[in-house]
Amino acid sequence: MSALASVTRGPRSVLSGVLRTNGGRVGLVLLVVTVFIALFGGFFAPHSPTETVGIPGAAPGPGHLLGLDFIGRDVLSRVLYAGRSTLILAGLATVLTYAIGVTIGLVAGFSRSKVDPLLMRSVDILLSVPALLVILLFVTGFGSGSFVLVVAVALVLLPGVARIVRSATLEVSTRGYVEAAVARGEPSRSLLTREVLPNITGVITADLGLRFSWGIILIASVNFLGVGIQPPTPDLGLMVSENRVIIGSNSMAVIAPALVLALLIIGVNLVSDAYVRQLDRSKD
Amino acid sequence: MVTPVAVSGPAPEALPAPKGGVRPRSHPVLVFVLKRLGAALVTLLIVSVLIFVFTSVLPGNAVTVILGKSGTPKTVAAMEAQLGLNRPLFEQYLSWLVGLLHGNLGNSAVALAQHQPNPSIASTLKDPLVNSLILGGIAAILLIPLTLLLGAVVGIKADKPLDHAISIPSLVLAGLPEFVTGALLVYIFFTALHLLPPVSLVAPGASPLATPKILILPVLTLLIVAVGSGVRQIRLGMIDVLQTDFIQFARLNGVSERRVLVRYGMRNALANSIQTIAQNLQYLVGGIIVVESVFAYPGIGVYLVQAVLARDTNKVLAASIILAAFYTVINIAADLLVVFMVPKLRTELV
Repeated sequence: MSALASVTRGPRSVLSGVLRTNGGRVGLVLLVVTVFIALFGGFFAPHSPTETVGIPGAAPGPGHLLGLDFIGRDVLSRVLYAGRSTLILAGLATVLTYAIGVTIGLVAGFSRSKVDPLLMRSVDILLSVPALLVILLFVTGFGSGSFVLVVAVALVLLPGVARIVRSATLEVSTRGYVEAAVARGEPSRSLLTREVLPNITGVITADLGLRFSWGIILIASVNFLGVGIQPPTPDLGLMVSENRVIIGSNSMAVIAPALVLALLIIGVNLVSDAYVRQLDRSKD
Repeated sequence: MVTPVAVSGPAPEALPAPKGGVRPRSHPVLVFVLKRLGAALVTLLIVSVLIFVFTSVLPGNAVTVILGKSGTPKTVAAMEAQLGLNRPLFEQYLSWLVGLLHGNLGNSAVALAQHQPNPSIASTLKDPLVNSLILGGIAAILLIPLTLLLGAVVGIKADKPLDHAISIPSLVLAGLPEFVTGALLVYIFFTALHLLPPVSLVAPGASPLATPKILILPVLTLLIVAVGSGVRQIRLGMIDVLQTDFIQFARLNGVSERRVLVRYGMRNALANSIQTIAQNLQYLVGGIIVVESVFAYPGIGVYLVQAVLARDTNKVLAASIILAAFYTVINIAADLLVVFMVPKLRTELV
């Protein structure tokens, strides 16, 4: 197992490792800029995101850098507000994914009993249908609240985490220091949190970026389909969907939110890629 | 010892040999096939239960759709009786399952509410299903050779300029949501170039093949996402194989590079390639949900999303079970294909 050997190092060395590659540098700039826009862009918005200020579908011009949307709202103002919901929901979903996924993986990998196959088979069921379908079914059953979206996305993402953590736990459990702790008679709980968990952080964090970007894609797609966040809330996916009808008169109303989303995801992927390379390097 | 044609795996004596006098054991491949089919059937059954439970979580759903807010307790009860919703959930599931096996997918709550003459779901599902099969089929036919070819090329030329020229764009493009890629393509080919239509409308009863132009952008969107991720995996599989001892031996023995790559390299990367292609095809099943919505293409994805928005639970149920079935079938087909095409895996079956 590759990343297992790497010992956790401080956040500073992780950052310098990411900055060592061109991809990492570009990715970090994209990530910082898009996350800043998503979280704080609203403070710089010239108009209210829900206020109608002119003719629907008006092309970009003075006063409205990106033109107006399909019902005459300022596109720039809406784009500046629109990343927040997607970013926060995807972030929460990722946190929830790891909270549940790591727990399942640790317990399954350490149990050496029927619990292991039972947990893993249940988790596998989630992989037997398309991810988006799971989320759509959740929305059908429980409505399209933010909480439902976060839970649904987390459920779709967690099988991968559980599998990786399980196999890493299986491997670490046979190491001398874990067996020594078992011989000392330490309770399972402290074995897992103090012996196993700290030694598999490399494996756990290697996929973090990947899952976060997948979370963003799923949340954005659900919003695009109109079954997630509801109008008039500004949201990137929703904006692309709403403004398709005016792509001929003001294409910026579609292109701007699509680009912000694209740059955010590319940023996450590049940083994540650079981080994995750094993990691989530190094991050599 | 490793030989140029080395095939890893257990030694021959590890194979389950039929014992003399005892009835020979069934063929391991046959056992594997049956086991795998059984597992797939069980999975599909569990999935169908879960989908059924999910769409019936809120029992009032279908009835509220039909009656709106005007329903009195009496009319609600009457409607529940008409739809069979007053029976226990298990009984409802069983009758739905029996209907499904007979090709009867139940009635649409919305159609009942609007007193449409034919509320049957099966009749409304046929056209979208055919449309989706056309879209997905064309994408799949183009996807398989494209992924294999690009993946093998960048794997052989790993870390050379050609690799970077293909791998970096595919890394970037494969990571984007379909609707972002789709919107950007519409901008390029409709707004800027006026070459292709921004939506892919098909008249009811008409075939999308009558106007092939409308299929180009949806297929292109699917390909960009799927090929991008597939190429990365096939590249890695190829690099792995090319680093093995038997490739080194073949080269040292003076086997021509072309023969090394085709006969030993690609042949041994086959199992990984089949799995990658299967994942790509599975991706298509989910991918069409968004891509059809981007282009308003009247397939099963749009059908599903509209049913979710209308809370038409029986329609959601029907479309979901069809998509789940495709997903499972692709998975099992790949598993079986791998075993038939890669003989060395057969020794690891039992």
